Formats: sequence, C-alpha cells, structure tokens
Amino acid sequence: MGAAVTTLAYLVASVCFILALRGLSHPETSRAGVVYGMVGMGLAVLATLARPGMGGYAWILLAVVIGGTIGTIIARRIQMTALPQLVAAFHSLVGMAAVFVAAAALYSPQSFGIGTVGAIKTASLIEMSLGLVIGAITFSGSVIAFAKLQGVMSGAPITFPQQHMLNLVLAIVILLLTIIFVATESHALFWLLAILAFAIGFLIIIPIGGADMPVVISMLNSYSGWAAAGIGFTVGNLMLIIAGALVGAAGAILSYIMCKGMNRSIINVLLGGFGGETAGAAAAAGGERSVRAGAAEDAAFIMKNASKVIVVPGYGMAVAQAQHTLREMADLLKKEGVEVKYAIHPVAGRMPGHMNVLLAEANVPYDEVFELEEINNDFATADVAYVIGANDVTNPAAKTDPASPIYGMPILEVDKAKTVLFVKRSMGSGYAGVDNELFFRPNTMMLFGDAKKMTEEIVQALGH
Amino acid sequence: MSDIAQRAGEIAREAAALAERAHALSIKAAAAAQPVAEVAEPFLFLLTIFLLACFVGYYVVWNVTPALHSPLMGVTNAISSVIVVGGLLAVGLAEDTIARVFGFLAVLLASVNIFGGFLVTHRMLSMFRKKGS
Repeated sequence: MGAAVTTLAYLVASVCFILALRGLSHPETSRAGVVYGMVGMGLAVLATLARPGMGGYAWILLAVVIGGTIGTIIARRIQMTALPQLVAAFHSLVGMAAVFVAAAALYSPQSFGIGTVGAIKTASLIEMSLGLVIGAITFSGSVIAFAKLQGVMSGAPITFPQQHMLNLVLAIVILLLTIIFVATESHALFWLLAILAFAIGFLIIIPIGGADMPVVISMLNSYSGWAAAGIGFTVGNLMLIIAGALVGAAGAILSYIMCKGMNRSIINVLLGGFGGETAGAAAAAGGERSVRAGAAEDAAFIMKNASKVIVVPGYGMAVAQAQHTLREMADLLKKEGVEVKYAIHPVAGRMPGHMNVLLAEANVPYDEVFELEEINNDFATADVAYVIGANDVTNPAAKTDPASPIYGMPILEVDKAKTVLFVKRSMGSGYAGVDNELFFRPNTMMLFGDAKKMTEEIVQALGH
Repeated sequence: MSDIAQRAGEIAREAAALAERAHALSIKAAAAAQPVAEVAEPFLFLLTIFLLACFVGYYVVWNVTPALHSPLMGVTNAISSVIVVGGLLAVGLAEDTIARVFGFLAVLLASVNIFGGFLVTHRMLSMFRKKGS
C-alpha cells in the first residue's frame, strides 16, 4: 500500500514536470507551467518523506532551510544581466549533488535497496559510476563556465599542446577504472574516479571561449539532466529517470540550436580555441578605409524621421545595462509615430534567450520582439537598423566571404535597411576576430561610445 | 527371459539416473538464469522509461518558443534538482554516518537549486508582458 502510493505520487510528479516544460510554449501559459513544476517538486519531496522507515527529519529540515534560504536570496537579488553565470552556478550544484548521492549509495546501499556494502549489485555499480562521472564533469565544467562568465577567469580560450590527447587519455583511464571499480567496489577507486572526472570536466571547458558560452551552458544543462538520470538508474527511481531525461533532452536541443545559430558543429565548439588566433590576419586585412561617424543628434534626427526602426541588441547591450534606456528611446520614437521592432539572433548574449529576458525586464512587450527567421525580411523595408552591442551576427561576410571564419552563419540582414546606426565603443572586431565590412558602407553611421550613454544622449536629443 | 528383464531393469535405472541428472541440471540452469533475469529485467524496464521520456522531452522542448529559452534553462535546472530525493533517502534511511552526511550535503545543494531555480524562473516569466498590458 505505502509503496504504491509513493510510486503513484512520483508518477504524478513526473507528469507535472512534463507539463512545466509544455507551458513554456507560450508566454501566456508559462507561469502556470512553473507552478506545475513547483507542485511536482513538492509532491516528490513529500512522497519521499512519507515513505515507511524514514527518519532524520530534523537534519532534512535543516538542510532544506539552509539551502532554500540561500537559493531564495540569490534568486531575488540576481541581476538579469548576470543570469548566465547564475545558471552555470546552479548546474554545478546539481552535478555536485549527484556526486554526493552516488557516494551515499556506495556507503549505504541498503537505503536504496541495491545490495549491501561490499556486495552491491553489478548493474547498480555501473549506473553509480555513470552518475558519479557525469555529475563530477557537470560540476567542474560548470564552475569553469561560471568563472569565465563572471569574469573571475579570462574568457579567452586556454589552449596548450596535446590538450585533446590528454583529454582522450583521461577518458580512457576513467573507462578502465570504472570497469575495475565495478568489479571490486573499491571506495578508493570511487574517489579516484571522482577526481579524474572533475579534472576532465575542467579540461573540457577551459579551451572554449567566452562567446561560445551559450553552447557550453546548454551542454552543461544537458549533462546535469543525464547525471540525474544516471542517479535515477542507480537507485531505481523512475521519477528521477524521467526528470533527468527531460532535462537532458532540453539541454541537447538548446545546444543544437545554438550551434546552428553559429553554423558550427558541436565538435568544433568543444575542441575550442575559437576567436583566439584568427584576429591578427583579419585585422590586417581591414586596412585604411573611411568610416562615417555620427553624433547622437544625427541619430535622433534620422530615427525621428523614419517610419520603421528595427533594434538589434547584442551582448554589448547587456554589459552596458542599456536595455531600460533603449526602451525609453523606443517609447519616444513610438510617440513620433515610428514603428519599432526588435530583432534577436539565436546566439545574441551569453545564454539562449538572454536578450528576450533583458528586454522583458525593461518592459518591452514580447510581441514587439522577433526571432531571426520572423524578422529578416523586414529589414528591406526598414528605414533604420539600430545595432546596439551586436557585431558578428550582422556581418555580411557570413554570406559573401567563404574565407571568413563565420562564413555560413545565419545573420540578421541589417545591411538591407536604408540606414544602419551602429553603436560601438571602438572599431575593434567582434569575438570571432573578424572585421565587419558593414562599418565601411556608405549607408552606415557609426555611433562611437558606450551603448547606454549613447542611447541616453539620443533620448535627450529626441526629447527636444 | 530373465536376460531381458535384467536389461530392462538396467535401462530403467539408467533412465532414472538420467532424469535425476536432468533435474539437477535444470535446477542449476534456473539458478544461473535467475541473477541474469534479476539484473536485466529491471534495467530494461528503467531503460524503456528513460528512452520514452527522452522522446517526450524532445517533442515538448521543440515546442518551447525561442523567446523563453532562458526560463527553460531555469526551470530544467530546478527540475533536475529532483535528485534531492536521493539525498533525502540517504539522510532518512541510512545507518552509516558518512552516507547520511553525503545525503545531508546533497539535500542542501539541491535545495539551493530548487528554490533558486523556480524563483528565478518565476521572476523572469513575470516580466514577459504583451503590448498594452
């Protein structure tokens, strides 16, 4: 009776998790989706606590109160521009929790019904090592991703000779040790496996540059799911397996979408080093070409007299925290009768959908924000494309120059607009180290300055 | 006559011995088969569920609008923290102190994630508004 009720509760929780993801198909239904997720989680925890023979409630309460308080404070205080590093940090916690659960299962297998110490079932040991290794990789990989995004560590790719060889050797050693561990159930080997997995997670992520972080975060999201599923297999818990599979699939799809947005394969991203050495050659080719620079007043004048303006935000906007000022600018333009739309490239920002959240934070209605495929044809009829903090995602070289490292990447065709206003701090190239020939086009006006300051000045000029 | 009877007796004895050996063999075979079945069957059952869940995830996530990809990460993050169940079982059922400590730590970390993940997702989603609302 008791066991059946628990299983049923787990089943309902699993369905709640599916509905939570389902809700995200539209902003209108998304809030209900999150509630489903919370209900599912609550149910899962309560059903577990009500299992026969359970104890240690005081300790559990203590852990939940400490963890819950930390989580709540972080979630309330975090700035939306810092979301990517927050998500990376959260992934690392899931990874570490997986490692701890695997360890708990090793030291007390009878709690999970998988045997006794020294005589754990073979299948459970295999599953345990999977959960352990994936969890450990998720942890250390996410810590590096966090450090790169937070700026604790340089975002530049860190590469050294024989790097991939070292990773390969490590992977083979991990595989061999796993086999020995399964045969011997040695506790020392378990921890050695954990350390090696931590090392490989670290080594996989350090060669990947800051701008490839959308892929990395999605990939680690996927890993955290697989880790949970691995633990689910270990302890024979269906709900954990289902939840893990859902999350794993979600992360895998996001990684795929991000890679497609950059026209690169996941292997290419993982091998890393992108945006490091190509810079020199491309910069030299730039040469001495003339650029038309303008002031905020000019930009204000052009936009005031336009009938359609498309704003193209990028990571630079997030760094400068310019989203609120940008919305003010759009409001003033709308008052003048100008139609304003926003165009988002799939890899704009440092995590999937980052720009959408920042614009939403600044009270930009979501039905004014469009994805690449939806809006690309609109540029031809637009009077102004206002590019703020984006660069490579607008570079026509992606379509015209087969020698360019970004060749084949889908771009926002801002060059089709009558006038392109480019807000940029300097003439420097984007992360790919590629010059943007758009800067030298006669219909482009460069607005040199900080994204936020420049937009503020335009707002002032529009006000007069 | 007695010759035939003697041979018949011998054959019967042999047959009985053979039957006995067959019986012993079948017991042995069953004993050998049992662990295989024990290992393979629950695993295959779990694997079935896992693969079906992967497909469900695949189709559900492709339906998520790209505008909500950040909240998707937030909510999947919270959902993967259902790993807390493993921690709870370790704290609640284990007699071994080390296992309980690991369980405690797992519950603590997963709780940060559950509360943090759901709340931050909720915060993100509450900002998405339609024109004029």
